[in-house]
Amino acid sequence: MATHEFAAQAHAHAAPQGFIRKWIFSLDHKVIGLQYFFLALTAVLVGMFLSLLMRIHLIWPTVPLPLLGEIKPETYLSLLTMHGTIMVFFVLTTAPQGGFGNYFLPIQIGAPDMAFPVLNMLSFWTTFLGFVVLLAAFFVTGGAPLHGWTGYAPLSALQSAGPGEGLGADLWIISIAIFCIGALMGALNFITTTLDMRAKGMTMMRMPLTCWAWFITAILGLLAFGVLLSAGILLLMDRNLGTSFFVPLVTVNGQLTGHKGGSPLLWQHLFWFFGHPEVYIAILPAMGLCSQLLSVFSRKPIFGYKAMVYAMLSIGFLGFMVWGHHMFMSGMSPYTAFAFSIMTMAIGVPSAIKTFNWLGTLWRGKLRFTSPMLFAIGFVSLFVTGGISGPFLAQPVLDIYLHETYFVIAHFHLIMGVASIFGIFAATYYWFPKMFGRMMNETLGKLHFWLTFVGAYAIFMPMHYYGMAAGLRRYSQGTEVAWIQHLLPLQKFITIAAFVTIASQFIFVFNLFWSMKKGKKASDNPWEATTLEWTTATPPPHDNFGGKTPVVRNGPYEYSVPGASRDFVMQSDEEIKKKH
Amino acid sequence: MGLVLLLVIWLITLVSTYLFIAKTWWLPVGASAAAAGIDHHFTTTFILMGAVFVAAQLALGWFAWKYREGGASSKGAEYSHGNVTLEALWTVLTIVLFVGMNLMSRSIWASERFDSAKPGAVQVEVTGMQFAWYFRYPGPDAKFGATKPELEDASLGSAGALGLDSNDPASKDDVVSGVMVVPVNREIEVILRAHDVIHSFFVPAMRFKQDAVPGLAIHMHFTPIQTGEYEMACAELCGLGHYKMHGIVKVVSQEEFDQWLAAREAEKQ
Repeated sequence: MATHEFAAQAHAHAAPQGFIRKWIFSLDHKVIGLQYFFLALTAVLVGMFLSLLMRIHLIWPTVPLPLLGEIKPETYLSLLTMHGTIMVFFVLTTAPQGGFGNYFLPIQIGAPDMAFPVLNMLSFWTTFLGFVVLLAAFFVTGGAPLHGWTGYAPLSALQSAGPGEGLGADLWIISIAIFCIGALMGALNFITTTLDMRAKGMTMMRMPLTCWAWFITAILGLLAFGVLLSAGILLLMDRNLGTSFFVPLVTVNGQLTGHKGGSPLLWQHLFWFFGHPEVYIAILPAMGLCSQLLSVFSRKPIFGYKAMVYAMLSIGFLGFMVWGHHMFMSGMSPYTAFAFSIMTMAIGVPSAIKTFNWLGTLWRGKLRFTSPMLFAIGFVSLFVTGGISGPFLAQPVLDIYLHETYFVIAHFHLIMGVASIFGIFAATYYWFPKMFGRMMNETLGKLHFWLTFVGAYAIFMPMHYYGMAAGLRRYSQGTEVAWIQHLLPLQKFITIAAFVTIASQFIFVFNLFWSMKKGKKASDNPWEATTLEWTTATPPPHDNFGGKTPVVRNGPYEYSVPGASRDFVMQSDEEIKKKH
Repeated sequence: MGLVLLLVIWLITLVSTYLFIAKTWWLPVGASAAAAGIDHHFTTTFILMGAVFVAAQLALGWFAWKYREGGASSKGAEYSHGNVTLEALWTVLTIVLFVGMNLMSRSIWASERFDSAKPGAVQVEVTGMQFAWYFRYPGPDAKFGATKPELEDASLGSAGALGLDSNDPASKDDVVSGVMVVPVNREIEVILRAHDVIHSFFVPAMRFKQDAVPGLAIHMHFTPIQTGEYEMACAELCGLGHYKMHGIVKVVSQEEFDQWLAAREAEKQ
């Protein structure tokens, strides 16, 4: 596809004056990226705090907490619902795509801004509104909903089904609907920007893998969030307008509810049609970024660039055909389980290709263990560990036993949660100098890495054992069922590990804010990397390249090129003469 | 730093693997006809994926140490963009592994879920509601009587909780119990229902789990092969009392089962 120089010029706009236009209602993708980043940072602290309360409740169910009192079973379910919703939407979707994608996609492809700056601003403020509405659910009568982040109907559709299923559940749905609208606007912007705003010479196959990842993630978002938005609206109608999309004839406590004829499985199909691609929305940017970092800090071209691109494309494509693997036990036709199972196993293939290529990138490299590199290596380790439990759950025969146990919790937290978070950490350490003009403290960064890496394993590895012993998820207390009672020592160990790991995150928060003011001044290209963001000033000027338009002559990962004057050749440097 | 990475990654890998192999926490002993096959496939998957896990982590730790900057074998990075033969090789190997594993387990799934219960199976209707399970037996007429939502009243006992219609002749001999009692070595046909929200009937020892969905009657089957009392619990989030929605599946000899059922019938008259 041709690149569009005038598209880029038409979108240039003057630098804003005044605090509000510059920092609040900004049109600059860099400011919007930072806004998304700090929104996600706030959200992750809230989500983490909720998980801490859950961990406390699981081992001391009746201990009164300061200010909060005793956590009741229904409160525990509200906590898990809100923890999941906040983490999935406002952290794992928001930080890698809205945050770093917004900031660095335009710069990495050599554009002055996103294609639609006003839309970009709107998508951030829409997302922000969604977050406020979600938090409001805590403060209404009945509190936050208890139906889990998956919101299975009829539990989520009936006001009488439990505390939190009143106004709290309405706010939860409205929040998600608002988030979907923001995400759809963002997705359109990312796709258009990638297709139309690339600098001269920046062909698709010269794009950094981060850009490919953001681009594919945006396509997934465009296809998935629309479905969730519609499902949410239908659910809201079931709850408030007397429709019965998801509710058949049911009674609660022997009382008829007035619904009939709906299908609870329809909600699950719609939800997981969004929900599974969502997993890749969370992880793809981390994959792209870690590919990039392994190359930068191995001083070696990425192993199999094309294979990496095709693997991400196939993951995106197959990601839409596997949603039924969440529903093997749902009452869905058992025949479809074969199809969903084989597609799910198939998606393991591009995932394995990526892992091999990451290892191939390290192989015969010259590894520099900076904080971002440590987190990238940690990502690979966690991705493998979270990945290998996938084929257990993807086989319906084994899912009979493992479904809804902690084995599932271990699986998706490692691969979708922790691995993605490692991507976010790596991105923060890596791009912080470009964003704030200073380096983050390396000693604190490394300390943060070791505590988090070992801590993540200490939390989530035992959950596999807990699940294999049939420990069920979403149980507020393990005191009732005999076989779960026996597993209490595991829960205690996990809670202690969670305490330590959560505490060590404050090293990161401290490092982040301390380094903004006191960090060592960063040069324009402190990591000696090749992509376009390192060719411009630190931090980049309003139009990214200070009036110049970059011209791209090389691929994104030209490290240790024989005969070159230094061990990296930037994308905008003189073209490398290919020998073959 | 490379050495620390190697040590930490290897240590995590070996300790985790040991704790799996030690089976300190493992599946409970299987007590159904299907359990052996499922467990065998679990072990197969476990060995294959375990090997992948150990190999990948060991390689990662090894590379981190071996190719560290300033290390003995670091002569400078190799300028290579990859290797198509290797890409093709590991793609094919992964396809064989994943698809192969999947194909191996198909026959078990088919026998569990494609085939319906054979004639002569013992029928038990399992109904979940917030937050209790009820088990209904059709009685000598082998027919379940009608239930009506408007008749549901848990204060009238377990038959009332199901809304059993006493005007239906087929309901006269229906037995409703709070405990599931089944004979050993007989196929049990389970008919799963739910009144309010989705519940899930999970008996770990039987390797049996199936959601009970309002509006659906889901037919499943399993064959207990060992007498004893097995705990079951709800495995789908159903509300604030989810954690205490559990019960007992009692597997007894055919004679004991017949006596138990006859005694329940007698109580009704």
